[in-house]
Amino acid sequence: MEIFILLQKAILYDFIQKALICGTLIAITSSLLGNFLVLKKQSLISDGLSHVSFATIAISLFLGLPPLFVSIPLVIFASILINRLGEKTNVYSDSAIGLVSAFSIAIGVIIVSINKGFNIDIYSYLFGSILSISFEEIILTLIVSIISIILLILFLNDLFLVTYDQDFASVSKINTKILNIIIGIIQSIIIVVGIKIVGAMLMSSLIIFPPITALQIAKNFKSMIIISLILSVTSVITGIFLSFIFNLPTGATIVVINGIFFIISFFLNKIEKIK
Amino acid sequence: MKILEIKDLNIIYQGYKILSNISFLVEKGDYIAIVGPNGAGKTTLIKAILGLIDINSGKISLTTDKIGYLQQRFFLNDPKFPANVKEIVKSGLLINKKFPKFYSRKDNDKVENILTKLDIKELENKIIGKLSGGEFQKVLLARALISNPEILFLDEPTTALDPVARDNFYNLIKDLNEKENLTILLVSHDIGSVGKYAKKILYLDQKLIFYGTFDEFCKSPDMTCYFGDISQHFICQRHN
Repeated sequence: MEIFILLQKAILYDFIQKALICGTLIAITSSLLGNFLVLKKQSLISDGLSHVSFATIAISLFLGLPPLFVSIPLVIFASILINRLGEKTNVYSDSAIGLVSAFSIAIGVIIVSINKGFNIDIYSYLFGSILSISFEEIILTLIVSIISIILLILFLNDLFLVTYDQDFASVSKINTKILNIIIGIIQSIIIVVGIKIVGAMLMSSLIIFPPITALQIAKNFKSMIIISLILSVTSVITGIFLSFIFNLPTGATIVVINGIFFIISFFLNKIEKIK
Repeated sequence: MKILEIKDLNIIYQGYKILSNISFLVEKGDYIAIVGPNGAGKTTLIKAILGLIDINSGKISLTTDKIGYLQQRFFLNDPKFPANVKEIVKSGLLINKKFPKFYSRKDNDKVENILTKLDIKELENKIIGKLSGGEFQKVLLARALISNPEILFLDEPTTALDPVARDNFYNLIKDLNEKENLTILLVSHDIGSVGKYAKKILYLDQKLIFYGTFDEFCKSPDMTCYFGDISQHFICQRHN
């Protein structure tokens, strides 16, 4: 009963409302996108890009510029760089992620150590801080999430084919290069806008966890998408409320809930196999 | 009627000449077996025709855009991929669709029809990665055929099939060619089998060694010189 009253109270807070709106949109976009990245075995790029966003935020705070607006183009650039390194040079794809990710963190750490003044700010971006979402950041999240969701739905069937069989997709007159670029851009943008909720260190979990959890129990591709969407939105909403009630860090709470979902679905899958 | 013409095709990859001065013409209703040793450029030739790889010189003119393609299983080997057979086969319809590519109810009927035609209706809800080799190849064939192609490209479709499944598959392809006049280009290393099914042979070894009917191949003195008497008739399969 007490929890119910606390929930009622929570929903009246302005910052909880903002977090719920942004969180739900980010949850939808990241899980939709995550299905394709996970199945293409490219989900770890998200982890690398999350780390890159730590550096880009440190740079923007250092220069006194709005962090999300500065980070979006820089993270898109990093995504192109990782792909190019893996495809066109003598660097393996997974190593390319490691190179760019570690280099970015190093840059971020050096900037933070030079400027001790914004340590609190950078902490809120590293681990998420729903209290500090600004009006501009909400508008930005709304716009980019809705555009991303529309694009992902419009290209859903094309993306399915590109993910399963790139050659057959090309023969089917699907422009695989453009689609891969669109995916890279959406991925970069959603990581940047998501870090205010989940934090740069944990943002990739929103892209990776729901699809992988859904994969354990899905009977077909359509059900994988639907299950991952439900799990993603549920984890974010529950995480926001639980973190408020028990005074826990929101991002970490969301990730732990996702972890619990994964463990449950993993064992459901095992039980079904035994049957 | 001409459906595909290749003139002076050259492909060089990382300094190596993969295909050299390839020219041939495919008529509607042809069933051509593209054979040759490993590294002969068979898959490269198919990929070049389909626009999947760049060519260095020459001309490829395909008079239709109604194309069916079935590639080697090796490239699609992800047992964890969660799509079921219906979803995979339905994706074969995207070639005929314009943006935004959504499926209609009629498309579900088309899936049902092609699965019934190929006698794999019972597989419709199975996960693609859980199929046997023969079932998987039939599903890929259904995906290639669902868009009603005029020309079908098959790249080593019987690799990893047991002899019975392989013969069934070849008979199915032969039927499509004979009953529906579907033009077929089949890449195969299975030199001893294709002679029983295909109409023409295109023997490739980085350059075009022979192109013509199996009977012409059988009687060609040049081919006797090239292969020796035994190999020539093992390939042509005209003396069983």
